[in-house]
This record gives sequence, C-alpha cells and structure tokens, in this order.
Amino acid sequence: MNTLTRANLAEAIYTQVGLSRNESAALLETVLERIAATLEAGEAVKISAFGTFLVRQKGQRVGRNPKTGVEVPILPRKVLSFRPSQVLKARINGQPLPRGGQE
Amino acid sequence: MTKSELIAQLAAENPHLRQPDIELIVATIFEEITAALARGDRVELRGFGAFSAKQRDPRTGRNPRTGAAVPVAGKAVPYFKPGKELRERVNGGEPQAPLRARAAE
Repeated sequence: MNTLTRANLAEAIYTQVGLSRNESAALLETVLERIAATLEAGEAVKISAFGTFLVRQKGQRVGRNPKTGVEVPILPRKVLSFRPSQVLKARINGQPLPRGGQE
Repeated sequence: MTKSELIAQLAAENPHLRQPDIELIVATIFEEITAALARGDRVELRGFGAFSAKQRDPRTGRNPRTGAAVPVAGKAVPYFKPGKELRERVNGGEPQAPLRARAAE
C-alpha cells in the first residue's frame, strides 16, 4: 500500500493544469487552508461526488482512564467528521456509479 | 461551503488564473484522492488529515421485514482521520473551558 502526500497531489495539478510546480503546490495549500478555515468557523464543507466534512458538537460525558480505572470527565468539544458520498463509496468498491448523480 | 463556492473563492483570490483552470485544480485534487483510495492506497496530508479505505468483512445481515438471513459482501469504506492541527482548530484551538466552571452551574 502506497501513501500519497502533498507532493503527489501537487504533481497531479502540475501535469493536469500546466501551472508551475511551485504554483501547483501553493494552490493545493490554498485549497486545504480554505477548507480548514471554513471548518474552523463551524461551517460544513460539501464537495459533490466526494463527501461532506462536518463539525459535530459533542456533549460532556464521563470517560475512564483505561489503565487506572479512574473516572475522568470528557469536556464538551467539537469534532470533525467526514461523510463519504455515494459516488466515492462506489468508486472505492469498483462499482458502477449510483444513478441520479452527484450525491 | 460547497465545491462551487470554494471555486468562486479561489477565483476571487487568484485573478491571474482562468476559472476553468481553477475548476480543474479542485477536481484534480479530489480525483487523485479518490483514485488513490480505489487503488487501495492512502493519502496523508500533514496537519490536515489522512484518507484511507477501511475493509469491512462479509457478514450475514437480515431482512428486517421478513427476518430472512441475507449474506452481505465485504466492502471497502472511505475513512478520513483529521490531523492534529485541524482537529485543534475545529475545536477552538485549545482545550475548552474547565469542567468545574460548568459543573458549578
């Protein structure tokens, strides 16, 4: 199993779009930063045919240190979750795309 | 924010680029991630997060109406694990108000 990084994505932009390598890398960073900033503001990011990144508010609950068994409160917090689109799920399983399009 | 809003923002910030190029940049990023997952590869973007495909085993499901056992094939499920930096940003950058303040209410 290979692991792709920013470098691979920037290289794909370079070959597909024909911008310089530097600008390709900078634009990739800009895209990631726009997504991150939107999520930071608590707003969901919906990428059709790919999936939705959303921020969930979690309430307070009691956790436990698994080593000592001591109860520890887990504070209310915001977590990020990703809901893959039907298209992405189908692609990953090598299946035909679901009818009716984007989602 | 949707993909088209993202494209519009990028277009406004990068007036030297043509709109079709920006659309292609955004499409390429998500297409590369999708293709990597379809190949069984993972994509790791430090600070942002990592995309991978988790394998689910075949199992026996049930038709909820009839109760009949139905074999369900194994499948791969896309998974995104947010990176530390993004996780902290989403959660307001630092640990939230101490519990005591809330418990006292």
